[in-house]
Amino acid sequence: MKLLWLQAAGCGGCTQSLLGAESRAGVLAQFADSGLELVFHPGLSEASGDESLAVLRGAADGTVPFDVLCVEGALLRGPGGSGRFQLLSGSGRPMIAWVRDLAARARHVIAIGSCSAYGGIISSGENLTDACGLQFDGDQEGGLLGGDFRAAAGLPVINVAGCPAHPGWIVDTLLSLSLGALGESDLDAWQRPRFYSEQLVHHGCPRNEFYEFKASAQKLSDLGCLMENMGCKGTQANADCNLRPWNGVGSCVRGGFACISCTEPGFEEPGHPFMETPKVAGIPTGLPIDMPKAWFVALAALSKSATPRRVRENSRADHAVIRPSIRKRGPK
Amino acid sequence: MSRRLTIGPFNRVEGDLEVTLEIAGGRVDSARVCSSLYRGFEQILIGKHPLDALVIVPRICGICSVSQSAAAAAALADATGLPMPANGRLASQLILACENLADHLTHFYLFFMPDFARAAYRGRAWHAQAERRFKADVGEALREMLPARADWLRLMGHLAGKWPHSLALQPGGTTRAVTATEKVRLLSVLREFRAFLSHTVFGDSLENVTAIADAGQLAAWAQGRPADFPRFLEIAADLGLDSIGRASDSFLSYGAYRQPDHRGRKGQHLFARGVWQGARQLFSESSISEDVAHAWLVGDRPLHPRHGETRPSPGEFAEQPDAYTWCKAPRYDGGVFETGALARQMVAGQPLLRALVEARGGSVLARVVARLFEIALVVPAMEAWVRALTPDEAFCSPWQLPDQADAVGLVEAARGALGHWLRIESGRIARYQIIAPTTWNFSPRDSAGVPGALEQALVGLPVGEGESVPLAVQHVVRSFDPCMVCTVH
Repeated sequence: MKLLWLQAAGCGGCTQSLLGAESRAGVLAQFADSGLELVFHPGLSEASGDESLAVLRGAADGTVPFDVLCVEGALLRGPGGSGRFQLLSGSGRPMIAWVRDLAARARHVIAIGSCSAYGGIISSGENLTDACGLQFDGDQEGGLLGGDFRAAAGLPVINVAGCPAHPGWIVDTLLSLSLGALGESDLDAWQRPRFYSEQLVHHGCPRNEFYEFKASAQKLSDLGCLMENMGCKGTQANADCNLRPWNGVGSCVRGGFACISCTEPGFEEPGHPFMETPKVAGIPTGLPIDMPKAWFVALAALSKSATPRRVRENSRADHAVIRPSIRKRGPK
Repeated sequence: MSRRLTIGPFNRVEGDLEVTLEIAGGRVDSARVCSSLYRGFEQILIGKHPLDALVIVPRICGICSVSQSAAAAAALADATGLPMPANGRLASQLILACENLADHLTHFYLFFMPDFARAAYRGRAWHAQAERRFKADVGEALREMLPARADWLRLMGHLAGKWPHSLALQPGGTTRAVTATEKVRLLSVLREFRAFLSHTVFGDSLENVTAIADAGQLAAWAQGRPADFPRFLEIAADLGLDSIGRASDSFLSYGAYRQPDHRGRKGQHLFARGVWQGARQLFSESSISEDVAHAWLVGDRPLHPRHGETRPSPGEFAEQPDAYTWCKAPRYDGGVFETGALARQMVAGQPLLRALVEARGGSVLARVVARLFEIALVVPAMEAWVRALTPDEAFCSPWQLPDQADAVGLVEAARGALGHWLRIESGRIARYQIIAPTTWNFSPRDSAGVPGALEQALVGLPVGEGESVPLAVQHVVRSFDPCMVCTVH
């Protein structure tokens, strides 16, 4: 399976994330050994200048074969629909024109990261550059290619959303496609592969005991649950970040800071400071997904009153100040 | 015969780059460097809560993500006037150093060395080996370097949650306290990385490498040594990489890695702050200005970034015939300065780099040697920082952001001097200006017509008749390790 990778208006962070994939001989060897060939990648290929343009022109006119178009970064339609905020260097043509041409030739089109999926961080504020995703503009269908777009093999754009995308999400998506094991029914409503999006960041959260008792962090670096005060959206965010570690051992909440739900369209404009939880009458407005509000309020009040001293004290410190007791005869 | 050659997309750099050369008599007569992507981060930040900068600025760049965080955290700390606990400072520096060293390694193996595996070099004594080790995507060295890099980034997993795009760096310190056992695990990560460096990159201990003090010793040391840095030195000697790529030979460093003093307060930099123009001079932040005469931006005079603005020019681009890039032209005391590992080591007084530059000026060789020497110099410092972490003490101080502030955060990213200038009004960001390392290095001409550092470094390079990807140009451009997504944000 031949990959053609473009970097539109992003930060290159999804490529950097991918290069950190944990694999015995590194991700490039894993690709090669799995029959994935990089026909072009702006950060990795030997080709430069005219050599690169020759590959891209050939891919666009059908003379250089490729199967999968991966796009990293938002698509800039501005100013005034011209795409002039990003010309593909050396070509004098807007990146959005190249993406349209190449998407029309690809068997599959993959948005790598939330920018190319939905617009992402660059579309926040006034969206001066008129940034959008390949098939979404924020949470609205459309984007650069339009809601009806289907790549040659029949699938819509596959959105490996995340800021950045986890290397495992990218690798699993590509290997599944190469094995013919990813169909339309494997994508969720935001066109994300369900294998990672049908989990919650809350699943496997190491702060689980603090969550159970609503023993909340009062400030950053506290060990307590980050949901009540620190803006954490882990109970609502669709991703497997705490089941599939980042950089071997980490995740956002493991690192001591809030999940900002970066796999979700519109995460870049939460309507509140990222590191503060919006509340009405002291109750967070964003409740755990699938949880009725009345039950949440009732359970929160009950669990707060039942919080063990150990959990309460530790939640307000950056290292455990009270250790769990040890049962003399072992747990039953 | 004269001709114009435009090279783009200039690959194996981070982000979008186009270089246009005027060629006369088989040599580059003049060069123009174009940053061809504009995203508008400085405008996005206006009106936001000041702490939201910590979410937004890392996403300027996926390879300098932590450096952008560190500069924002430093600016916010400057706004609060907050002292940082020693643990927080050490952990912040470990996170920044982890990124900087990973970037140096990425540059060497993924961006820079693959050019020597090109078919155009077939016939050189070293080509077969360069092709086997360094060929883009498939070189055998990548099978060793990428796993070593992934293991190295476990430091990020422990200290910063993830990389890129962490929120662990805060104005008061870091969000993730380290336990005594995690200290042991961090030391293990460092030990494994040291072993990879000694075995694969240098073929010698880090301490033996950094003891090399002049070009003669370096050549003797590299002779026949079976490791990747000495392999590069052999290629560099054959191709004369010590005599191409000279820019202004004026160097700028904001100073890297403050060592906490014995009371845990911030002490001296590991690599000093200053400027170098034949001799070291003190750095003055007020001497910085940015000029937009050749950028597709509005402005009529150079401004200090405290007063700077970033506004794309309205209407037709044809209205600005002199403009050719989105990049501003930063100047220090009106002059063109180079920044990066070489600049850091020149200002810090590293003997080998001083000797190389005093002999032949800034060059492709000197820039690459500086990066690899920095890896060898910083790993031992990181080992000491991990040992100095005190698990039962605080990693982060609470802080109160003021409603009004003018603040600045100056850090050293892998690629050099990175500054954030922040104004807070009524509790919101009122102005945010960023000057990134490659903004300095890949600056366009200023209003006096003086070309930027790379534009100067390209003049005089040979370009063969009909050659569309001149190799010397490839080497010189990549020797700066440009990060174009930082350059124009």
